[in-house]
Amino acid sequence: MRLLRQLLLAGLVLVAGRTMALIETYEFSTPELEARYQQLSEELRCPKCQNQNIADSNAPIAQDLRKLLHQQLEQGATDAEILDYMVARYGEFVRYRPRFGGANLVLWLAPVLLLCAAMVVLIITLRSRPKSAATTTTVLSAEEQSRLQSLLERAEQDS
Amino acid sequence: MIPEIGHFALIIALCLALILALVPAWGAWRGNSVAMALAPSLAIGLLVFVGISFICLTTAFLQDDFSVKLVASHSNSLLPSIYKFAAVWGNHEGSLLLWALILALWTAAVALFSSQLPLLVLSRVLSVMGGISVGFLSFSLITSNPFARLLPAAPADGSDLNPLLQDPGLIIHPPLLYMGYVGFSVAFAFAIAALLGGRLDASWARWSRPWTNIAWAFLSLGIMLGSWWAYYELGWGGWWFWDPVENASFMPWLAGTALIHSLAATEKRGLFKSWTVLLAIFTFSLSLLGTFLVRSGVLTSVHAFATDPARGMFILVFLAIVVGGSLTLYAFRAPAVSSRVSFGWVSRESLLLCNNVVFLVATLTVLFGTLFPLIVDALGLGKVSVGPPYFNAVFVPLMALLVPLMGLGPVSRWKRDAVERWRGELAIPAVVAVLCGITLPLLHAPYNIWVALAVLLSSWLVLGLARDLWQRLRSASSAGQGLARLTPGYCGMLIAHLGFAACVVGIVATSQYSVEHDLKMSPGDSRVLAGYEFRFVEVVQVRGPNFVADEARFEVTRDGVPVASMGPQKRRYLASGSVMTEAAIDAGLFRDLYVAMGEPVGSSGAWAMRLHFKPLVRWMWLGAILMALGAFTAALDKRYRRQREVIHSSGEAVLRGA
Amino acid sequence: MGPRLKLFLPLILFALLAITLFRGLGLDPNEMPSALIDRPLPAFNLPALGQTGMVSAADVTGQPALLNVWATWCVSCRVEHPYLKQLAQQGIPIFGLNYKDDDLAAQRWLEELGDPYRFNIADREGTLGLDLGVYGAPETYLLDATGVVRYRHAGVVDEKVWQTILEPLYLALSKGNGVP
Repeated sequence: MRLLRQLLLAGLVLVAGRTMALIETYEFSTPELEARYQQLSEELRCPKCQNQNIADSNAPIAQDLRKLLHQQLEQGATDAEILDYMVARYGEFVRYRPRFGGANLVLWLAPVLLLCAAMVVLIITLRSRPKSAATTTTVLSAEEQSRLQSLLERAEQDS
Repeated sequence: MIPEIGHFALIIALCLALILALVPAWGAWRGNSVAMALAPSLAIGLLVFVGISFICLTTAFLQDDFSVKLVASHSNSLLPSIYKFAAVWGNHEGSLLLWALILALWTAAVALFSSQLPLLVLSRVLSVMGGISVGFLSFSLITSNPFARLLPAAPADGSDLNPLLQDPGLIIHPPLLYMGYVGFSVAFAFAIAALLGGRLDASWARWSRPWTNIAWAFLSLGIMLGSWWAYYELGWGGWWFWDPVENASFMPWLAGTALIHSLAATEKRGLFKSWTVLLAIFTFSLSLLGTFLVRSGVLTSVHAFATDPARGMFILVFLAIVVGGSLTLYAFRAPAVSSRVSFGWVSRESLLLCNNVVFLVATLTVLFGTLFPLIVDALGLGKVSVGPPYFNAVFVPLMALLVPLMGLGPVSRWKRDAVERWRGELAIPAVVAVLCGITLPLLHAPYNIWVALAVLLSSWLVLGLARDLWQRLRSASSAGQGLARLTPGYCGMLIAHLGFAACVVGIVATSQYSVEHDLKMSPGDSRVLAGYEFRFVEVVQVRGPNFVADEARFEVTRDGVPVASMGPQKRRYLASGSVMTEAAIDAGLFRDLYVAMGEPVGSSGAWAMRLHFKPLVRWMWLGAILMALGAFTAALDKRYRRQREVIHSSGEAVLRGA
Repeated sequence: MGPRLKLFLPLILFALLAITLFRGLGLDPNEMPSALIDRPLPAFNLPALGQTGMVSAADVTGQPALLNVWATWCVSCRVEHPYLKQLAQQGIPIFGLNYKDDDLAAQRWLEELGDPYRFNIADREGTLGLDLGVYGAPETYLLDATGVVRYRHAGVVDEKVWQTILEPLYLALSKGNGVP
């Protein structure tokens, strides 16, 4: 709590002092907002960079988008509204978590479908195995027994 | 003069590779033992000449020969010598030469260490590897000549190596990674040789296992180093971004894991023969695909080399020939009928099959996710991005599915086992694991269900291994016999699975429990993060060999007890003018403290600082090191080295009969 | 499906992959079409550079036109500028969006290098740029007569870009009286 107040105070001084500073730190009115900010800034892609989210990029557009994100969060927009806002301006490209719908359904369902398909193949393969050889019930002599024992031990060593 | 020698050596190497690719293979086809016997010497000759070429390029870098285009674009006279050396592979052309060198190294190694291999098989294997060398050497010579000159207008000094790369990470990460990538070509070559020879039995699996284990170990180390390097170098505390280039290295690892386990089944029980061959082809194809993705420019990535679609075309054609050719061979030559060996539903074979399935699905998922933006664009459906939120959402459940099975694996028996026996063996470990899962996370507030799950699964793994180990030692008649039972193969498995458990715990703990804050701090300020107090003392100016920096001095205490002094830097490199953040990390076995400098704020000496607390993050990398260690240990198993005499004579019989 | 045929499946899948990759080589992953294609210009109310009074979307409608995003801090804009003057001389209406720039510096720039623009929207904070989906400078938008965005070119507009991409679209829009 004390930390929060310190931060808010620092924020006021900051805002009063400069208009166009490269402010990398944002103050939030609640910790939940900060957590959402961190999460959303990792989900939004910097439109200009070589595959970076806006949290990690220092490009001017990333800075602008972070500022915008902060503003929108403080204004009370929901996650969905913020994402829609960004997509309306920059396209689906700007979302690292593809929208669940349309062509992207293939992407989201692929793992599940693959797993199911693999399990089906697995079961078919296991079913079509030849039955194990008929059990033989020959009795082994004592010498054969001890030879069997030593062979088994050696095999166990190998595994 | 030296670059020209290097260039010439490369051309000779290409010729040798060409001969290696064609003559011994023809010899194997025709039964001509003279032609076949040429293979080992050709392999060594290949290594010599690629080696000479590499040494020449390195010399050009170390001697600041700026008339060579590569040196001029990627080096600088002020660059520390060690980075001049590493700069050789800090670019497309040089790294390609490194690829070729490592490929020649593996080829020569196979030639030298395969005295127990029949010449028929060895010649085919070396020919295949020679063929791959032909591809890479011609790619280098035709499209990416590292020895291109800038004459007559050689610049006075170079443009400097990208500051992000001026780091010890560059010295070891690419070589280790390439050792892994390229190493899978050995398994690939063995698979092709087996298909060509029509002898798809357990022996090809036994021969390729140690090579594959070693390659997998190197790849694990390479990926781990990449992750660690990104963590301390990039300044954001992230360690994995599911970036296309990272995925390009991860996919062969995933497929390689399936491969090493499948090879075990093929070697022991003669099972999954088609599967294993296909996996070997698949794994190496992913290595080649990775090369394509990184160098062609079809996908955007922070890690990609300067890209060129013309080069991409060359690699694609090469990919088509190698992969298309091998898959065609597979389609015609692999056994259409599955093996006659049977196993029960409840058996080690079943579990290994499940393992194969999970890793295969994981590999295909990562592949699909990485290529999806490309596919959507190629179909004209617009531009989408697929990033960490997607990959984390689909990959983690798959791994969670795997771990319970991993606990059963080592304990299970071949051919036929019983659920009752599993219950008997593993009931106690299961209960204790659940207890650990419930109680251990209480050590760190707040209680997190995902961490609990991860601890549960990892404990299950570790306890299962401990139980199996105890069983083995206990049922031995003497201490000596007990220890003898701990073969390198078994120990390797133990260590590697332990490493995996450590990895799981590390990854989940650090993802869930990490605390990070971006704060504005002035000298004299103090902030508390996760129980640690970070006091910003002062900012000083420091000077490095080729940079100047602002260094912030931090004192970190916990409950008044001094813990660490940290000094993050904001560097400006003199040659290029680029500015870089150098994070300060206080590493610990159970937690990392991480401080990075942002921008100066205002004019009163305040700075934006990023402070992180990252618990158990080292476990992830230590786990990876253990996995590699385990694989190296397993490769040392003496059964791969004995019976030379026996096979020699049977090999000759095969030779005469072939 | 015979057992042998099953073994061809990996090859078929690989062939599909190879075709996709081949297609991919011809595409540019960095090229990003605007999200506003076929949508009207966002509403705005901003000052005009060097003039009193505000301008809004209505001031750029009436005929097909180019909206060029530029700034004095953008090096490539300087490279692009002479060609824009050429286009303006040919009678192509060009409106300027002075993006996150300083008014005085911008005016001096135009005095020094010439002014191809009908007028310039002074977007000091970048708000219109954000609404347009601008991510860097220079960018050029092609608008039709009703102010609907028809194309966005990110990067320098030179002779080649004009002749191969923008001019055909502009002529098509003009012929159809501005509405396709």
